[in-house]
Amino acid sequence: MTTGPIAFTLNGTPRRLPPDTSPSMTLLDWLRGPAALVGTKEGCAEGDCGACTVVLEEADGARVPVNSCLALLGQVHGRCIRTVEGLRGPDGGAHPVQRALAEADATQCGFCTPGIVMTGWAHAREGGDVHDALAGNLCRCTGYRPIVEAFGALQDDGAASPAPPSAPATRLEAPGQVFHRPASLDELLTLRAAHPSAWLLSGGTDLGLRVSERREVPAEVICLSDVPELNCLEATGDGIRLGAAASYRRLLAACEADTGFAPLAALLRRLGSRQIRGMGTVGGNLGTASPIGDALPPLVALGASLRVEGLVGLREMAVEDFLTGYRINALRPGEVIRDLFIPRPPAGSLFAAEKLSKRPDQDITTVGISAVVRFDGTRVVGARIALGGTGPRVERCAPAEAALVGQPWTRETVEIAAAALEAAITPLSDWRGSAEYRRIAAGNLLRRLWHRHPEAA
Amino acid sequence: MGAPPRHTGPGAALRQDSALKHATGEARFADDIPEPPGMLHAALVLSPVAHGRLAPVDLSPAFALPGVVAALGPGDIPGRNDIAQPKRGQEHMLAEGLVEYWGQPLAIVVAETRDAALAGAAAVRPSIEALRPVLSVEEALEAEAFLLPPMVLARGDTRAALTAAPRRLSGSFQAGGQEHFYLEGQIALAVPGEDRDLTIHSSTQHPTEVQHVAARILGCDQNRISVQVRRLGGGFGGKESNASWVAACAALAARRTGRPVKLRLGRKQDIAATGKRHPMLFRWEAGFDDSGRILALDAVLAADGGHSVDLSPGVVFRAVTHALNCLDVPDVTITGIACKTNTVSNTAFRGFGGPQGVLLMEDVTRQVGRALGVPQEVVRERNLAGGENDALTPYGQALEGDLIRRVWAECREGSEWERRRAEVDSFNARSEVLRRGLGSFVLAFGISFGVMSMNQAGALVHVYEDGSIRLNHGGTEMGQGLFIKIAQVVAGVFGVPVERVRITATSTAEVPNTAPTAASTGSDLNGWAAQIAATTIRTRMAELAAAEWGVRPEEVTFEAEEVFAGNHRMGFPELAHRCVQARVSLSSTGFYKTPDIHWDPAALRGEPFFYFSYGAAVAEVELDLLTGEHRLLRADLVQDCGRSLNPAVDLGQIEGAFVQGLGWLTCEELWWDEEGRLRTLGPSTYKIPGSRDVPPVFNVRLLEGAPARAETVFRSKAVGEPPVMLATAVWNALRDAAGPARLDLPATPERLLMAARG
Repeated sequence: MTTGPIAFTLNGTPRRLPPDTSPSMTLLDWLRGPAALVGTKEGCAEGDCGACTVVLEEADGARVPVNSCLALLGQVHGRCIRTVEGLRGPDGGAHPVQRALAEADATQCGFCTPGIVMTGWAHAREGGDVHDALAGNLCRCTGYRPIVEAFGALQDDGAASPAPPSAPATRLEAPGQVFHRPASLDELLTLRAAHPSAWLLSGGTDLGLRVSERREVPAEVICLSDVPELNCLEATGDGIRLGAAASYRRLLAACEADTGFAPLAALLRRLGSRQIRGMGTVGGNLGTASPIGDALPPLVALGASLRVEGLVGLREMAVEDFLTGYRINALRPGEVIRDLFIPRPPAGSLFAAEKLSKRPDQDITTVGISAVVRFDGTRVVGARIALGGTGPRVERCAPAEAALVGQPWTRETVEIAAAALEAAITPLSDWRGSAEYRRIAAGNLLRRLWHRHPEAA
Repeated sequence: MGAPPRHTGPGAALRQDSALKHATGEARFADDIPEPPGMLHAALVLSPVAHGRLAPVDLSPAFALPGVVAALGPGDIPGRNDIAQPKRGQEHMLAEGLVEYWGQPLAIVVAETRDAALAGAAAVRPSIEALRPVLSVEEALEAEAFLLPPMVLARGDTRAALTAAPRRLSGSFQAGGQEHFYLEGQIALAVPGEDRDLTIHSSTQHPTEVQHVAARILGCDQNRISVQVRRLGGGFGGKESNASWVAACAALAARRTGRPVKLRLGRKQDIAATGKRHPMLFRWEAGFDDSGRILALDAVLAADGGHSVDLSPGVVFRAVTHALNCLDVPDVTITGIACKTNTVSNTAFRGFGGPQGVLLMEDVTRQVGRALGVPQEVVRERNLAGGENDALTPYGQALEGDLIRRVWAECREGSEWERRRAEVDSFNARSEVLRRGLGSFVLAFGISFGVMSMNQAGALVHVYEDGSIRLNHGGTEMGQGLFIKIAQVVAGVFGVPVERVRITATSTAEVPNTAPTAASTGSDLNGWAAQIAATTIRTRMAELAAAEWGVRPEEVTFEAEEVFAGNHRMGFPELAHRCVQARVSLSSTGFYKTPDIHWDPAALRGEPFFYFSYGAAVAEVELDLLTGEHRLLRADLVQDCGRSLNPAVDLGQIEGAFVQGLGWLTCEELWWDEEGRLRTLGPSTYKIPGSRDVPPVFNVRLLEGAPARAETVFRSKAVGEPPVMLATAVWNALRDAAGPARLDLPATPERLLMAARG
């Protein structure tokens, strides 16, 4: 374990920060404050508007847009960051991405523009659907049409990622604060046992809010990003094993590479935004155990399992058993989530992963339903139906499953199951939807499953 | 000679003046100004309850924290604790005795860092004896809790006409409020100077009001305060009156500490403490005949004004004067009410009551059409003002019936209405879960401030000895492209490329006593003022050239950065140089006031609008009957911009306004809990449209060959607000898809699912 300064490469230049710099300061506050790089804007400080977007330049050439309002300095330690000030064209003037947006009349007030430029710069390399790229950037002036058009024509500049700082410290200190970046599982478990109240920081898209919005200053943080076992990702014919600290960006890429996971890929494309998926992790969602975590219903429906580990040993359990209550999970003191395994949906089964939200993109679940239905001929022989947003935790709906199993896959069967589902749940009313709406919509999502797949798969 | 010079005067499709600087991050917003030495940060203590008796706030817990320099309550205000509009009673900047909404500012904590100020503010625990809050407009209406006397616009004998009408119907519906969600939150930086002068950098649409309110709070002459605004990161009406108290808080803190102070509201505080679009409740009764002609209408429009008057009189005025929109009803009574509730005081928002007002006839024509078994479009056409019907509004101003019919005809044709109506019907006949809907809308929107005195503007133009030009005027740039439009006007006057015109920050020290940049009037008012200033200078320059050349001044023309008369010719810079040598002033103010408008606020009669802007829209949606999820598939808009000053800017305004209106009508929902706490305080819970919500087919056309009839700048028309209302077509399309039930707004998936279930 080495103690040293926060170090990263910023706009191609190595930076070492003064020793008293708080490792839990947000990257945005540091950029706009000590670094005097005010091109990056604060629009919301909750990772939803994208005005603060900067790009992580990865060793493999990937460009990962992230919300600098949620990224802590300790998190980006050892990484390469590019801000709007670091984009330059071949002539030393504005970068072609910057010119493209300006020339398309894609700026009006201009406050969101630097973030959109950075998203566009990453998109020019990463590709994919323009709306997927833009989901994490709000613009209140233009109506987006010129931005979408400009994005459609952006070209990758081909520039290589710069080198990250060599041998960055694994322990960052500031007065009253320690930020640990353990590099092995043993180190992590030892630290966890010694610091039970430390923040266990994975992507930080949830914990980061406590700094960004609530201005908390955590005394101890244990960051999971450098632990190899927590960052694995392995896809086999049986399914996907991924570490708890692997990002949604990586999980999405794995799901997109396997048609069996296509419904999950489609759901993950609506989970947060590219910025959020660049940092956020499945392990973090499991740790938070929110009933409206987008990805939890499909994990439960698929029968995913996870492994938790502490100094006393390793335990394996089903995700559905891990989620024990409203934002409560089965972790014991000293344990961390190590990894999880997402089994591939059985051949010939019907797998669906749906969510309802007020807005299609970058909006958390109002009601979510995921289902795996297995058939023998036209008869249902197995059903796992998991719901989110309908109770204190994500869980399976046994009455609906029972109404399906053993029955022919017909509209009438599904109607009985949907009625059973509606009777079984106890949703709450809040700003995302009334209890009544959630109940009806949850039942209807099951009904819609039949409408979309009227033939047994 | 090479290529002809690029046309950069009025009518050229030029880019927003700062577009490239926006993209490189070099464009400086208020929070980007280098912080002056010794600067402090302020944070607000906000009320944790919606209604209650407030004991004097104990600020000592803030002082106990490190870094806190000052904590200020109402007793620290040297002037008057009043941020109300002139002649509108008193509205406290910092609450005294009574709190009237959750999020109301109670005190200001000033500290060495922003975190220290926020911590200090959080440490203050106000003592409040809670009272029952009134949270709904229905409850306020029932209790007759009004902020103003009802505004009744009446013509004819509505009761008698209703009784005599062959058929009658009644209805009611509600529209929600809307958070502005400007990307740059409210912010001000107040910097003390000599002799208690104060410079305020504010993100405001109304620099003059910032100056006036700050002077009132500080109890000083207005000449001690100068307000500077280079650009806003969005305004939309939210930085009209609300920016003033934010700036006055910073000014108070700067005065009390003698140091520069910045107050920047975080997003949650901003949404909690600043006003929004007025929610509105509509109740109506209509009499009509079998042809669909609406003969009589009695309607109540009850706006939720929040806890104080603020700009509600103007909002209600516009809602009432736009309640018939472009339709004619012979006997009509429109009653506009501003209800008082224990919520944040609602304020200006793009359209200013117009977007709510024009909903009324969309409900009436729809229900009448249903009753008669004919499409809404038929009923609307039957009742359009002008033509066979009366062109006069109930308040006595004439609408242009030919333009109303023209925008609708062009939109109907361009959108291929007939074919798509058939396609939608055929799709619906085949589809069980997905249902499509087609809707339309036609708009007449009056341009001018409802408060007559606000229809004035000033500009200050200098030509320097090298022929470069400096332009200043009273309008603010908030992304709407005002600065480039006015620069185009000035460039056109002098016949120089627009690059020769230096655009400068709005400043109360350069142009005083200005109106806010609002009501779509920015380019109409300031464009004229700048043109007048520039023309004054050009006339002097022409006189000098004419004297030198022995021609008449009228013969001197300015073009391509040269000055001509017959065979004489001189560069514009050369003429500027000669003017200075000859002691000719190359500086001028320009002042403009809108002619011919008048309004009798007692009788509600007059011609309050300089002209009307017209528009039409057709929208097609797809609705999932099982979930209420919906998508806008296509929108076709036709908008009248007169002879556009800048078609690129106008196109951006139309598209952006439409999408903002779309958000208000569909996904943007403000949600208060039972205790009156607003729970949708940020983009994670308050959903403005994203890029995918914009229709994949989005056809926008500027009406061609329709120069403004009135004496407007180069015969252009205002464009900032009207297209917001074109999104009303989406409401109609959703109702077409969902069926007959009442559909309140915003039409969220939940409301649509419930409506579709009947």
